[in-house]
Amino acid sequence: MSLTPTRRPEGAEPSLTPAESMTHGRASLANRAFARLSTASGVTILALLAAVTVFLVIEALPAVTTSPAELAERISWFPETGGILGYVGPLVFGTLLAALIALLIGTPLAIGIALFISHYAPRRLAQGLGYLVDLLAAIPSVVYGLWGSLVLAPRIVPVQDLLAQYLGWFPLFDGPAAQPARTVFTVGVVLAVMILPIITAVCREVFLQTPRLHEEAALALGATRLEVIRTAVLPFARSGIISAAMLGLGRALGETMAVLMILSPGFAYSFALLQAGQHQTIAANIANQFPEANTAGVSTLIATGLVLFVITLAVNMLARWVVSRRADFSGAN
Amino acid sequence: MATLQTPAPPAAGDEELRRQLTGAGLEPRRKRADRAMTVVVALAFALALVPLVSVTWTVLSRGLERFDLYFLTVSMRGVFGGMDAGGIYHAILGTLLITLFATLISVPIGLLCAIYLVEYGRGRLAKAVTFFVDVMTGIPSIVAGLFAYALFALVFGPGVRLGIAGSVALSVLMIPVVVRSCEEMLRLVPNELREASYALGVPKYLTILKVVLRTAIAGIATGVMLAVARVIGETAPLLIVAGTIDSINTNVFDGRMMTLPVYIFGQYRQGNVSCVAGAADCIPTINFDRAWAAALTLILIVMALNLLARLIARFFAPKAGR
Repeated sequence: MSLTPTRRPEGAEPSLTPAESMTHGRASLANRAFARLSTASGVTILALLAAVTVFLVIEALPAVTTSPAELAERISWFPETGGILGYVGPLVFGTLLAALIALLIGTPLAIGIALFISHYAPRRLAQGLGYLVDLLAAIPSVVYGLWGSLVLAPRIVPVQDLLAQYLGWFPLFDGPAAQPARTVFTVGVVLAVMILPIITAVCREVFLQTPRLHEEAALALGATRLEVIRTAVLPFARSGIISAAMLGLGRALGETMAVLMILSPGFAYSFALLQAGQHQTIAANIANQFPEANTAGVSTLIATGLVLFVITLAVNMLARWVVSRRADFSGAN
Repeated sequence: MATLQTPAPPAAGDEELRRQLTGAGLEPRRKRADRAMTVVVALAFALALVPLVSVTWTVLSRGLERFDLYFLTVSMRGVFGGMDAGGIYHAILGTLLITLFATLISVPIGLLCAIYLVEYGRGRLAKAVTFFVDVMTGIPSIVAGLFAYALFALVFGPGVRLGIAGSVALSVLMIPVVVRSCEEMLRLVPNELREASYALGVPKYLTILKVVLRTAIAGIATGVMLAVARVIGETAPLLIVAGTIDSINTNVFDGRMMTLPVYIFGQYRQGNVSCVAGAADCIPTINFDRAWAAALTLILIVMALNLLARLIARFFAPKAGR
């Protein structure tokens, strides 16, 4: 292609480049239409989130406005006293309890795994090992439920017995341990496995972002590998670890199938982790009751779902906020 | 940095210096702590592999028993009690159809949203969208199911169970994943390509369609595959809005639809069958056997999608200039 200088026709706008002159015609219309379309998609995301809230509120409203006595009359599993708050209360408690156990087991383990992958494993293997942990996330939750109740629950009985026997004086491990281990303890263990991949992935990212100079400075001062991690890696990664744990918490709060298939449900404010028939989570309760619920029952269940939605939303927003605050700082290194 | 000790100046001779540099002269306590940490960290990793190996092994060993062509090609219609019959054809079909429609809903919205964020997004709206996409990834799957139910119940009345409602629920879970991965891929497209295109006088929308998207298409396909793999195993929302059924239904807009995860749960819930003594055609554990075989099928589908995604990423990635 040869470009020869052409004389501009008289009267043409001299300041127009070819690109600009094109965008003034048909192309400009398409240009604007495309920009509008993609902006609209962005707005759709916000609208979708708003719609989730609005529709849940609309469907939950009847349960909140109907008197507790009438609800109790129309729904077989609604408590006689206490009303809707009395119904949600133990569920929220159970949800938080199961998620906290998962977090207490999962977070230290995930930090260890992430450190192993980022700082201990041979460089060449690191990526493959990380992929192995990610595989845990590829297993569907219903398979975890199947595994948890048919494989893990029978095997975890001796562990529960040991805990009840030696730590039984502590209210959390109050015995006797349930014989088929359909307890919140087992649920916590399975949930911990399920949230491992997300916590590990975020921690790994953060650990790898530790400024090299900090690590090398520590090494130059004669620090061992453990001391490098304690003095350079962990302080740098603290907020990252916190937000990773909160993301895991969000996952654990909303997990349905594993809880539904393992836990023997109950509606008590009980800290006895090793006893069955004490706890139930919001998500598992919805999945359990929804298929056979009548109109009032559905409305009540959606109201509990709304509570779960608000809790997870708060946890996730907090986590994201911590992450974004950290992003502002990390440039300083 | 209180734990760091200033090393003595290397005046004590070569021997001393070498001991310090190789760490041979460490106090035993620090050395032991370092060793212990190595062991702890390796143990943590080994511990994480235990459930992975255990799940894989159980699903394989128990699932292979019933996993054959017959199981894959018949439905559960007319199967009752401990009959040595029945399969998952209807569930596979339902899973594929519902996921297909979820993909058809999520990919256009997700991709356009990613384009907005990368190419157009400025200011407060873009920030809000980014933030809420992140927040949306944390929506519990059961809440997505409730949303789809609430939406369809307003139109079709209470008690509605539709395959497409399941697709809507899944797409709520899928959209943020698609946006995230597409956004990442679009950001990888070098700015030089865009500028070269502008310099040739190509309008912005054509630059995006013909240059940016074409460069990132492999990455986008990979991201979509991974997103599909993530939602195809979802159970709770489908349990709520797609319902359960024993026979084949190929119309997502009409009636209940069985899916693989819900099938697994349904079989698990039916539990052991009590057989009459001496009954010829009765297996007590038939429901669990079917559940494990279906779980194997589901995991195989998820793994195949993951593998496909990685293959696409490897073979169709744009050649880097070298």
